[in-house]
Amino acid sequence: MNSEYLILFFLLGVILVGGAILFSMFTAPTSKNSAKAEPYECGIPVKSDAWIQFNVGYYLFAIIYLVFDVETVFIFPWGVVMRDMGITAFIEILIFFFILVLGLLYAWKKGALKWV
Amino acid sequence: MDLNIYDFTSFTKWVDTALNSVMSPGWTMLVELVIVGIVFIAAYAVIGLYLVLAERKVCAIIQNRQGPNRVGPFGLFQTIADLFKLLGKELISIKNADQFLFNLAPFILIIASFMAIAALPFAKGLHAIDLNIGIFYMFAVSSLGVIGILLAGWSSNSKYSLIGAIRSGAQVVSYELSVGLALLSVVIFSGSMQLSTIVESQANGWWIIKGHIPALIAFIIFLIAGTAETNRGPFDLAEAESELTAGFHTEYSGIKFAFFFLAEYMNMFIVAAIASTVFLGGWMPFHLGGFESLNHVMDFIPPVIWFFGKTAFVIFIMMWIKWTFPRLRIDQLLKLEWKYLLPLNLMNIVLIAFIVLMGWYIK
Repeated sequence: MNSEYLILFFLLGVILVGGAILFSMFTAPTSKNSAKAEPYECGIPVKSDAWIQFNVGYYLFAIIYLVFDVETVFIFPWGVVMRDMGITAFIEILIFFFILVLGLLYAWKKGALKWV
Repeated sequence: MDLNIYDFTSFTKWVDTALNSVMSPGWTMLVELVIVGIVFIAAYAVIGLYLVLAERKVCAIIQNRQGPNRVGPFGLFQTIADLFKLLGKELISIKNADQFLFNLAPFILIIASFMAIAALPFAKGLHAIDLNIGIFYMFAVSSLGVIGILLAGWSSNSKYSLIGAIRSGAQVVSYELSVGLALLSVVIFSGSMQLSTIVESQANGWWIIKGHIPALIAFIIFLIAGTAETNRGPFDLAEAESELTAGFHTEYSGIKFAFFFLAEYMNMFIVAAIASTVFLGGWMPFHLGGFESLNHVMDFIPPVIWFFGKTAFVIFIMMWIKWTFPRLRIDQLLKLEWKYLLPLNLMNIVLIAFIVLMGWYIK
């Protein structure tokens, strides 16, 4: 029964946004003006594209994030069975976190967490 | 028909059987979907619009002003008037922008928040979807919105938008870890990811009380990370008005802009609703194990009021934070997450695992 509700909520988003934009397209006034179609840049004429290179720092954080995100996928099922499994699960998570923290410390030491 | 405001299970069953008796199962499903759809769209719009008003009022109180007070009593219809104004505004299409992605971005944001709101339990027996991996689903879906933000910023072909979007991307992925680990603490305590089971497990006290110190730490981390994940408060670098004009939605106008605004407030509602469901008992009244008379008195207040009351409380705290603290810099923001919150969170998880192992919490 759940899957059709998932599709329903997906469609609700499409209907709400699509409906409002369609309505607005028919009711709102339009006027053509070449200056209006320019991206905003404090009112001065736009210089070049905005699709340029940006700080590599953002990529570094995204890469470290990837490790921890995969970890989250593993750790949630562990959380569910932790109470029933007891000491075995506890030791397992200690080993798992030891390796994980080692990775974080390595990144830290290498300066990946420092903003440049 | 027996509409019981304390337990909606029999009411929804009654609707289902009543519809089944007059039409075929296929049509019943369709009618139910339509009813649920209309209810949720209406609730979504009302919650979103009134949160905007609430924020303006809270901001006004904190800054010692009146806030909106002209349209309707106490300005109650202000945001509705704003909505109609925005509907009547021109949709400007930007030269050199990637038109397809530019138009796709508001869809992704709104769809992500709709998918997240679907799994919330509003009262006993009153939820659209009750997945057995509820928390995980919420966690996964609520972070999809960042794709919309990234697309919006990149496709606008404006420097302000691009800077806002990449900042937002770095911020949201970083703080997502803290959100996940903070939610994990309650998963360990309750031994389930299903939201209804988690709420039921708080029948003799909310997890923030039963789980004492580690649960409190997890709750505070969740509030900080949740505020950051919704690009709000002291973490609103993505749309920092004073430096980036409006960040990723600088180039949007009219109703498309309104959807970015709406999505921001709905995300705040979702974060507050998750916080209240997981840590503060959701629709469960304030119960304490052993105090039967207190529990009985608390049971008289309907669960829906408990749920929205707690959510409103958490939302108020988030607004309070937003209007009190100055904005962080991007390096401070990332340092806070990676060097303080994440190690603290990992230690907290080990502490919780130890406490659960020893049984040092209220069962």
